[in-house]
Amino acid sequence: MSVPTLAVFKLASCDGCQLTLLDCEDELLTLAGEVRIAHFLEASSALTPGPYDLALVEGSVTTPADAERVREIRARSRRLVTIGACATAGGIQALRNFADVEEFTRAVYARPDYIDVLATSTPVADHVDVDFELRGCPVDRGQLLEVITAYLAGRKPDIPDHSVCFACKRRGTVCVTVAHGTPCLGPVTHAGCGAVCPAYGRGCYGCFGPSGSPNLRALIPLLHRDGMDDRAVERLLRTFNAAAFDREVRS
Amino acid sequence: MTHRGSRVLRVGSLARVEGEGSLHLRVAGRRVEEAQLRIYEPPRFFEAFLRGRAHTEPPDITARVCGICPVAYQMSACRAIEDACGVTVDRPLRDLRRLLYCGEWIESHALHIYLLHAPDFLGFDSAVELARTQRAAVERGLRLKQAGNAVLELLGGRAIHPVNVRLGGFHRVPARDELRPLVERLRRAADDAWKTVGLVSRFDFPDASLDADFFALASPTAYAIEDGTPAVLSADGARRRFPTDAFLDHVREEQVPHSTALHSRLDGRRHLTGPLARFAIGGDRLSPTAREAVSEARLEAGCRNPYRSVLVRAVEVVYAVDEALRIIAAYEPPDRAHVDVPPRPGTGHGVTEAPRGLLYHRYRLDTEGTVTDACLVPPTAQNQGAIEDDLVRAVERTLAEGDPTDEELTHLCERAIRNHDPCISCSAHFLDLTIDRV
Repeated sequence: MSVPTLAVFKLASCDGCQLTLLDCEDELLTLAGEVRIAHFLEASSALTPGPYDLALVEGSVTTPADAERVREIRARSRRLVTIGACATAGGIQALRNFADVEEFTRAVYARPDYIDVLATSTPVADHVDVDFELRGCPVDRGQLLEVITAYLAGRKPDIPDHSVCFACKRRGTVCVTVAHGTPCLGPVTHAGCGAVCPAYGRGCYGCFGPSGSPNLRALIPLLHRDGMDDRAVERLLRTFNAAAFDREVRS
Repeated sequence: MTHRGSRVLRVGSLARVEGEGSLHLRVAGRRVEEAQLRIYEPPRFFEAFLRGRAHTEPPDITARVCGICPVAYQMSACRAIEDACGVTVDRPLRDLRRLLYCGEWIESHALHIYLLHAPDFLGFDSAVELARTQRAAVERGLRLKQAGNAVLELLGGRAIHPVNVRLGGFHRVPARDELRPLVERLRRAADDAWKTVGLVSRFDFPDASLDADFFALASPTAYAIEDGTPAVLSADGARRRFPTDAFLDHVREEQVPHSTALHSRLDGRRHLTGPLARFAIGGDRLSPTAREAVSEARLEAGCRNPYRSVLVRAVEVVYAVDEALRIIAAYEPPDRAHVDVPPRPGTGHGVTEAPRGLLYHRYRLDTEGTVTDACLVPPTAQNQGAIEDDLVRAVERTLAEGDPTDEELTHLCERAIRNHDPCISCSAHFLDLTIDRV
């Protein structure tokens, strides 16, 4: 059997999710022995045009050029996995979806006519078929390795879509909402981070996006009870997965 | 065949930098008519959507500008908003911030030295290729990087976009005992950092010299990281300083058609931030151990050779490990994990040293603490002009000396750019190179 090829691509994003791959310090050289890294700009100047067995895509679609690029990547990739909140939900830059992008451009750039952007920031799955979406801002190192290993072995990744609450219980963290009245998005947020915020005494801020069937309608009164007004709740839901939480609020 | 005529070269994507962009070069005979670093990272409009957010939010939000240096964004944001609210954070919280920042310096510099930069000096496409013949060296680099990440994970909760930072300090501070596991790791890292200095000092460095003004923070008591005063060392050796709140009077951003980053100038001149500038301005504040590393690296005071910036990064890793160990040894937990930062109307400025250079934030707040205006000036946007000048010089020198092929020129340009550890995600991403030879 030939050595499988791995490619890593980036759209609009911060680089953090592909850096997570380089942060696998203990596994990186072993992984590099199992796959041929055919395209990974951040790590190597040796590039091959594909086709690729597995493509990892970081970042959201925000320009006409990237909308075209992601279709080309799809055409050259047997499996395409999107990694991170930008690629799976549009990222923090999807806050433009709730505003006037022309006004945004004028606010940042003196010559808005030089800037060619779409009015919205959208997940890759809005443009092409995606085999798996790995959540997180940033993605978790262990989950990223699980996804890569699973596709190399030809099986489905074992990434449960339950909430952060499950992870707090497993970690033995006392509930910050029950014990301290701290507002927390844990009950509606996709697990995967290891419930790191409550372990540090703060409420979850939703950086992995909505869990499977989140009950936002039940949670919002609790956020009010714990001192948040409507504006604060809206801000809490409108960060790195703003578009995904917004879809849940409307559903 | 001669390559000496007029030509246009196009290089696809620049590799081993953080982000994506392209380089466009127009060459006529032996002269470079135009060098443009084309940053095509799509704009993400942070400064626009920060308006209307609560004053507590920018540290978490702006971390997402850059996955490589999120702590830098968190620290500059905290400093700026605390300044607006008239709050100062004292030791030991300030020391913990510096410890977290040391973790990011170690991680980011180890990444750049071993995974991005060393393959250039040793003639490989990537660290993975390099590992086939020098596995022990690459493993050492990864171990060093991991030590930096261990600091970030323990103190910040995770390495990328740490969750434990907040205005006024932290959500939770560690007990003395909790920091103990880091000590053994950092001691090993000190040894690895020292060997890194040995490795990079044996590299072969081409001659080159920058004429941009150097710009870095200066501190009377330490090598500046999370605190200091903006200081300029101009190419003619003159030194001057200005207060942080005057930053935008001196550093002016301008927009250019080929880039989604905003270019900037310092008092009308090209300037460079980052390791070379920090070392030239504050090298005398390094610890005794780091100063030994300077001698070991045969690094000359005021070095202006961009290729030799890798030596400064190696020295800064020695320093950051040394600092981290010093802070842990002296640490006494504070009574509270943070000081309160109640909002008040006004404007605040914050500037800190990201691994790749000086990062400035400014916020204006209303009476409720809502952000009404935000301004971020990242290091790579500041450096872009100086990098373009450096490219022109590097290409013209090579054209004067011989008859390089397009491929050789491309390789040269990519190396010249990587010397500056640009972070294109920050400045807006990197490189397709096009060289027009007309």
